[in-house]
Amino acid sequence: MSRLAGLFVQLQDAGRAALIPFMTAGDPSLTATVPLMHALVAVGVDAIELGMPFSDPMADGPSIQRASERALARGVKLRMVLEWVREFRMTNSHTPIILMGYLNPVEAMGVTLFAEAAATAGVDGVILVDLTPEEGRGEAAVLRQQGVDPIFLLAPTSGPERVATVRGMGSGFVYYVSLRGITGAAQADWTEVLQRVQDLRRQLGLPVAIGFGIRDAATVARVAVGADAVVVGSALVDQLAECMTDQEAIAAATRFIEPLAQAVRTTERRGV
Amino acid sequence: METYALPDAFGHYGPYGGRFVAETLIPALAELEHAYQEAQRDPEFRAELHNELRQFVGRPNPLCHAARVSRELGGAQIYLKREDLNHTGAHKINNAVGQALLARRMGKKRVIAETGAGQHGVATATVATRYGMECLVYMGEEDIQRQSSNVFRMRLLGAQVAAVSSGTRTLKDALNEALRDWVTNVESTFYVIGTAAGPHPYPVMVREFHRVIGDEARAQCLELTGRLPDCLIACVGGGSNAIGLFYPFIEDKAVRMIGVEAGGLGLGTGQHAAPLTTGRPGVLHGNRTYLMEDEDGQILPTHSISAGLDYPGVGPEHAYLKDIGRAEYVAATDAEALAAFHRLCRTEGIIPALESAHALAHAFHLAPTMRPDQTIIVNLSGRGDKDIHTVAALEGIHL
Ligand SMILES: Cc1ncc(COP(=O)(O)O)c(C=O)c1O
Repeated sequence: MSRLAGLFVQLQDAGRAALIPFMTAGDPSLTATVPLMHALVAVGVDAIELGMPFSDPMADGPSIQRASERALARGVKLRMVLEWVREFRMTNSHTPIILMGYLNPVEAMGVTLFAEAAATAGVDGVILVDLTPEEGRGEAAVLRQQGVDPIFLLAPTSGPERVATVRGMGSGFVYYVSLRGITGAAQADWTEVLQRVQDLRRQLGLPVAIGFGIRDAATVARVAVGADAVVVGSALVDQLAECMTDQEAIAAATRFIEPLAQAVRTTERRGV
Repeated sequence: METYALPDAFGHYGPYGGRFVAETLIPALAELEHAYQEAQRDPEFRAELHNELRQFVGRPNPLCHAARVSRELGGAQIYLKREDLNHTGAHKINNAVGQALLARRMGKKRVIAETGAGQHGVATATVATRYGMECLVYMGEEDIQRQSSNVFRMRLLGAQVAAVSSGTRTLKDALNEALRDWVTNVESTFYVIGTAAGPHPYPVMVREFHRVIGDEARAQCLELTGRLPDCLIACVGGGSNAIGLFYPFIEDKAVRMIGVEAGGLGLGTGQHAAPLTTGRPGVLHGNRTYLMEDEDGQILPTHSISAGLDYPGVGPEHAYLKDIGRAEYVAATDAEALAAFHRLCRTEGIIPALESAHALAHAFHLAPTMRPDQTIIVNLSGRGDKDIHTVAALEGIHL
């Protein structure tokens, strides 16, 4: 069983949702990334989304845009991101790692080469925000062949035909974008979101993660009632942005994530 | 060539085009595609568009023989397609009228746009006012500096202009920001894309709204010269004025089609905006096309004297036309464009947009290699009033 599938089975038994933080690789420093990943695991996250920086992150709000710009200015490259995952895997073989980014840098490396390198490094899933299932058939097959889950997104605007398309193509889990908007945007109507997620889980036969607009423990607890996983991105990236040293970044991440990790552990999954 | 029938149902031109956007926008693009197809089939919509182009835009505009400069060059006869005479001063209004009428038909109350030189922003602000819609235009901070008179124009017309400070602070970043707005306000908002790029159906829709340029030019050329032109030349930023001129000639194999990109400080310097001439295929802003990118797939900053050409991508149909060899793509440098700008001012009494001056530069280069009984049509995509500050500043003159 893949690490991701294993995680969701285990959490099903535990009756709780996963907490998945997002951080941009190479921010707030090149040396911080791997220690930060370990620190996040130590404080109780269940998987990590690692952002692959891109010059034109059109689906991201200001926080992740700026993090991406800073990382690129430090010289972060896709190969370095993969190398960091490999390094992380030397002492952690159980926490799923999902890479999230945009198609163009992956294509520039070569999709097959990327898929092989990702699998070797120990990557479990890949989300390419601008690669829809229709355009991404080839890429998804290549990833799956290497045992890496292609993870697709669904949105409040996605109708039944979209859900059917994703059902045939995605694996690992499906990422439900909880609002019409970009990362870091404001509130969603959580009752509506959870209702939809319940339907989606049934229609897709895959775990459903909820992300976008989740910034604090109270919201994590609200969402964890009905989600298979809760993704927290911009709020963590904001915490890290100001940090001057790696120690500070690790302390800030720990401080910020701790109550969120608590929230998923004290929230019982019961639906909406 | 067999009948040209692209794009296919998925918006593909060979390997190019398509729909590479965040999931939230997919249903909106499907809705747009559906509404557009319905409108195209509706005689009432077509009549309304035709009427607006006549009454409000001032079409048809002339195809004008540039007799003096042609004689000076001693080669082919240069004819100018006078898009500069349109209301708001550029070809951009053809597409803005089309998309705004479509937005109104779809019941959208708010339109957004990205703009580089400000011409598309002005055109969108203009039609939004005319059709009673709220309008927000995204513009890079750097372009706001370079094109301040167009910023003022948009505000006069009642539009809001939002400064974009991310990335390189130019057109590509304005496009990112407009896409972010659209994702957030997708139900109330119509995104009026200003060039023949972006996710399907934008490239084909923008081409169809601009093909009036080529349709008119073809008829006018036949009327004036008794035959088809030998060569078409247009500048290429995202490629809308070029595809508008080229498309109706695509099956006339004897007609050469040349797109002129921004060569900036020279192709060897890296300081340019010439993805077709120097770039390679990739994915940006919703479509697969030629891009200026580094070896890691990060989009490169661009440079051009003209804000309207300062874009690292290009419409997917041009990528395809390049690959199949139906159109050729070259570059003109800032200096060449500037020289052509002055030459047209002094020979024909027309101040061209700096964008259009790139097309003129290549025409002036090519004409002497051709016979006097041959014809070149240059798309004079816009007038140069917006550029006089840029040109004056380059010459050390403070206006
Ligand atoms: C006068 C003029 N010509 C050309 C362009 C370039 O755009 P496109 O390549 O889409 O025609 C612009 C863009 O702002 C423009 O203002």
